[in-house]
Amino acid sequence: MIQYGIRRFVAAIPVVLGVLLVVFFLARAIPGDPCTSLLGEKATPEICAQFIADKGLDRPVPIQFLIYLQDVAQGDLGESLQFGRPVTEVLGERLPLTVELSLMALTIAIVVAIPLGILAAVRRNSAADVVTMVGANIGVSMPVFWLGLMLAFLFAIVLKDTPFALPPSGRLSAGILPVPFYEVYGWEIGETGVLSFLLTFISNMFIVNSILTLDSETLVDAFRHMILPALALSTISMAIMARMTRSSMLEVLGQDYVRTAKAKGLRQNKVVLKHAFRNALIPVVTVAGLQLGLILSGAVLTETIFGLSGVGRTVFQGITARDYPIIQGFVLFIAVGYVAINLLVDLSYGFLDPRIRLD
Amino acid sequence: MSSVTEFPVEELDDALEGSIGDYKSNSLWRLTLRRLFRQRSAVVGGIMIATLILVAIFADLIAPYDPLEDFIGVENVERRQGPCIHLLDCPEDHPQHIMGTDGNVRDEFSRVIHGTRRSLLVGFVTVGIAIVFGSILGAVAGYMGGWVDNSIMRVLDVVLAFPFLILAIAIVQVLGPGLYKAMLAIAIVSIPAYARVIRSSVLSVREQSYVEASRALGASNIQILRGRILPNALPPLIVIATLGIATAILETAALSFLGLGAQPPEPEWGAMLGTERQQLFSAPHLVFFPGIAIMITVLAFNLLGDGLRDALDPRLAHAGVKSE
Repeated sequence: MIQYGIRRFVAAIPVVLGVLLVVFFLARAIPGDPCTSLLGEKATPEICAQFIADKGLDRPVPIQFLIYLQDVAQGDLGESLQFGRPVTEVLGERLPLTVELSLMALTIAIVVAIPLGILAAVRRNSAADVVTMVGANIGVSMPVFWLGLMLAFLFAIVLKDTPFALPPSGRLSAGILPVPFYEVYGWEIGETGVLSFLLTFISNMFIVNSILTLDSETLVDAFRHMILPALALSTISMAIMARMTRSSMLEVLGQDYVRTAKAKGLRQNKVVLKHAFRNALIPVVTVAGLQLGLILSGAVLTETIFGLSGVGRTVFQGITARDYPIIQGFVLFIAVGYVAINLLVDLSYGFLDPRIRLD
Repeated sequence: MSSVTEFPVEELDDALEGSIGDYKSNSLWRLTLRRLFRQRSAVVGGIMIATLILVAIFADLIAPYDPLEDFIGVENVERRQGPCIHLLDCPEDHPQHIMGTDGNVRDEFSRVIHGTRRSLLVGFVTVGIAIVFGSILGAVAGYMGGWVDNSIMRVLDVVLAFPFLILAIAIVQVLGPGLYKAMLAIAIVSIPAYARVIRSSVLSVREQSYVEASRALGASNIQILRGRILPNALPPLIVIATLGIATAILETAALSFLGLGAQPPEPEWGAMLGTERQQLFSAPHLVFFPGIAIMITVLAFNLLGDGLRDALDPRLAHAGVKSE
């Protein structure tokens, strides 16, 4: 299994390099240069020439690429042209939001979709089945950006004075300032280094941070801000997973061993949950893993609508501002994350079904 | 020899006659069509698509106004005014705008109706482009095998490792904004999906004895690909193409929503939604109606695609698994 993991990891390197190569050249193929898009009217030819030379953008692109690869190998993703700060720093600030948002969306999707999918399969052709499947079809057809806006309208305007009201934008209410957990515990973290990045990263996941610091006010506030975007983001995945669970369960429920289990006199619940469900899980897990790409695509839209500065929105803004280091660094992270999730999904097969040997 | 004469030829003839008769009425396509009509979702989806096509064709007749005509200064018409329907208590002296007016005082209903044309165009053209290039790449990769297959598939893997929308945004930025360029971007990003389907069909068919027989008879590679392999790859292709139209419409609308696709004043649903989204709290109808239009159109193709999958995949039909 470890060998398999290593082999898969090695096989993924060319794909990640390919992604970097494509991003690098694609970003530079975008018409316009970073100087004019950042400085606007202040961009005189002299200033721009200086700017371009300072950032090393006057060198031939293949040379720039090699230099970039060298830097990346040393853990340096360069400096953002818009923010004038290291890309890793910006990433440490903004990735946590997207991670939190995606995990919450995926959790909502799984918690709703799997029970509904099982129910629809067990009570096939019942009202519950029809409603679930019609709902799934509608869910998969809904534009994320529209759903997000409608949810914002419903919860921030229509339900304004009810207990169900939810904030339509931002991460925290004004006046709430989360204290990083390492400060609460009085830990000294350095300016740079992996540990510092990791701790900052965790503290920027506000929900996790407020649990660690036992700050219930921030926890509730951060959670309430995250509900609508996560709900909007989860819908498509929810629909896809509900359908997958249903058809996978149907296939398994028709198997001989399920009939045997029923014939033995086992209770319906036990047959469904213990015998059938585990074997129906493999396609569901595969689909759940694949949702990450979908969720990240959706994050661009969700973050734009709910005014959240996460990865999706930052990449979008980076592309617009021709902020090459930001685009490269963020897309690199996304690609690595994607490859890692797919590997985890494949490794989980062996765990779910011991008959599957990975080698 | 004697065993041949002993064979009950008449019985065989009878048996054959029956099956030949069946065979005629049960050609693959007819059988599929019959199965398709039994799929409720496919029928509903088909009717919806037919209606949308009619709306697109007769948009000029259905829409009460020109989608670009503004009513600035017209009495009793205001900017971003909510729906005014005479049957629902809107005063008779106010001009009827059943979906209200937008930020430039244009009739929202007429714009939504005309938007149908763009969305259907987006769906068909985008998927068309992706299918042509995806099929060529997939067929070549699967048929040639070896390093050709390897290099094509690795390049496609790279495309697949990107989140769909982020890559599309980058491509549109390179090409420049506009509906046609957004369509091209979505088409490019969709190519790998089609290439993979065709490739796997080619791989599964390539070693079949009837393909070997064709090769032995001297058929060229192109002839085998066109006559033997592609027809077998068609059913899965039709299914993912139908579902692909739904995705293409959704993603192109997303690009337009972000301001990268159709440009104002073009009546495109995503762009209409995007330009008015800041007015969500004051004029929700301008966000609501274009979104509903996108959803209905996408739903129609998803329903048809699902029905097609069940009808074209006999394995699913036998297993009794229907993802209606």
